[in-house]
Amino acid sequence: MTNSILLAESMNVQTWTYILVGVTFTIYIGIAIWSRAGSTKEFYVAGGGVSPLANGMATAADWMSAASFISMAGIISFVGYDGAVYLMGWTGGYVLLALLLAPYLRKFGKFTVPDFIGDRYYSNTARLVGVICALLVSFTYVAGQMRGVGLVFSRFLEVDINTGVIIGMLIVLFYAVLGGMKGITYTQVAQYCVLIFAFMVPAIFISIQMTGNPIPQLGFGSELADGSGTYLLDKLDGLSTDLGFAEYTEGLKSMIDVFAITLALMVGTAGLPHVIVRFFTVKRVKDARKSAGIALLLIVILYTTAPAVSVFARTNMIETVSNQPYANVPEWFKKWETTGLITFTDKNNDGLIQYVADKTKNELVVDNDIMVLANPEIAQLPNWVIALVAAGALAAALSTAAGLLLVISASVSHDLIKKMINPKISEKGELVAARLSAVVAVAVAGYFGINPPGFVAATVALAFGLAAASFFPAIILGIFYKKMNKEGAIAGMVVGILSMLFYMTKFKFGWFGGGTKADWWFGISPEGFGTVAMILNFIVSIVIMKFTPDPPQDVQDIVENIRIPSGAGEATH
Amino acid sequence: MSNKSNAKAYWKENIRYVLILMAVWFIVSYGAGIIFKDALNEIRLGGFKLGFWFAQQGSMYVFIILIFVYVRLMNKLDKKYGYDE
Repeated sequence: MTNSILLAESMNVQTWTYILVGVTFTIYIGIAIWSRAGSTKEFYVAGGGVSPLANGMATAADWMSAASFISMAGIISFVGYDGAVYLMGWTGGYVLLALLLAPYLRKFGKFTVPDFIGDRYYSNTARLVGVICALLVSFTYVAGQMRGVGLVFSRFLEVDINTGVIIGMLIVLFYAVLGGMKGITYTQVAQYCVLIFAFMVPAIFISIQMTGNPIPQLGFGSELADGSGTYLLDKLDGLSTDLGFAEYTEGLKSMIDVFAITLALMVGTAGLPHVIVRFFTVKRVKDARKSAGIALLLIVILYTTAPAVSVFARTNMIETVSNQPYANVPEWFKKWETTGLITFTDKNNDGLIQYVADKTKNELVVDNDIMVLANPEIAQLPNWVIALVAAGALAAALSTAAGLLLVISASVSHDLIKKMINPKISEKGELVAARLSAVVAVAVAGYFGINPPGFVAATVALAFGLAAASFFPAIILGIFYKKMNKEGAIAGMVVGILSMLFYMTKFKFGWFGGGTKADWWFGISPEGFGTVAMILNFIVSIVIMKFTPDPPQDVQDIVENIRIPSGAGEATH
Repeated sequence: MSNKSNAKAYWKENIRYVLILMAVWFIVSYGAGIIFKDALNEIRLGGFKLGFWFAQQGSMYVFIILIFVYVRLMNKLDKKYGYDE
């Protein structure tokens, strides 16, 4: 007994990480074998009989990516109030999904989002535009996930980042190709449990440490545990202004930009194909509504904890390093330095770390991505907690990657091959095509994970912008505006996508003459431009519709039919 | 009531619910969390400034409540119009 306790204490982070990652990966693979898909219906929509609770958990894991788990709390800790754009933007979209999209798309009862676009707008051109959007959005998104996997492997298991990406690829390949949507759904249920546990445990530990309150959501609004009677947030505001930063609770972005980014992220969330497709897997329309609620509840557990973690991590970091001698920095500091994610340059050669807002005097650069991963180490939590965070980050990255790969493979095998190129393909042939496209998609994603294009960060914003500018208006109009026709919808989507691409490439890559912040239209950043592009889509769609023929009667009947919840039946080709 | 007018009445009530709930959605997030943030920050909720709290906590709790309210309202509506299953 004593021996095992000693052993547990002496085991280092790396051993713990190997154990926890090994155990969780074994579980994922076991589930994949147990739930492999036998038909296209199981491959695309898990047979259509997933319970609302399981679908809610799977949606939550699908949705919470490496960005939510690893990056978000870190970004918020550097931008303070402005971080609200991610918190509200990535949760508020679920209200749109539950009230405006999910029930009707479930009633419509098809396999993919381009399916809806193609059928509702009775046009293969519309379907093709939908396929292109789905592929664009999903590929930009999945590359970031693979990168997250590589990052965790390289830091915690001390393997090469490329080896990490390849291991991640093999795991995802195994259960996405074998299990399809069915395998993914049940692995995601397990991954949700792993990731939420891994996120909450260190947050609760640190909350108790700093404020004495075990609930992080309340902890970061409480007084400090040191008996000084100062509120934690007031202290952080003070620390920030002392170092020349903006007050933590105020932020720097203009109001219109905060507004635009939040709306673009909300609408983008509601338009992301890998999220929408999850609502095709439940049995009835009422289950679609309910599982959107459950998914949001499960997501918000992490999303309301993240800003607390940001405050804890930011305060701890400033106190640990600011004006401290470089010679005395803790071990985690050195370890992260070797990954290049923390850099220190002693500009004034005084041997102390100056961390200030003034760029000419600042000596410390800390990457957004390490705040969550390093947080347990900064707070000196036990080794198993640190290892748990690594396992959680992997669960978050893998579950999202798998969901995206499924959208990619379904877009190719179902929308392109079955619906456009070879409608006579057999059920078996389509299943083979689906699996093959998943393999190709994994390989491409892995390639981008190993050779990340310099614009990964920019493309995530682009993914949301594109989803907001293309799918969201087309689906909303398709449901709520019976007279919307194919001419209007196609024109709207094309204008939406092109304006989004134009603005993004102009201000992110310097094309079309480039430009700086001062040149932004209405003061809206490229991240928030999805809102403008979405509005353009709506306007163009409606104007074009007025000058072109009404949709055929049978399509108008479909619209009336999807508004009635009963008789959803099973998803069909 | 004929099938068609039944469906029409159902749709009208649904739209009314959606509009009311979306108004709350907008007021809490864009209103309290963004537009009126500075004014609300004058009020404190423990260690939180109220506008900051809405932006980083409160709006998310309200989102969850909105969805579950809609689920309940619609389940009732489905029954009323004979669309439940």
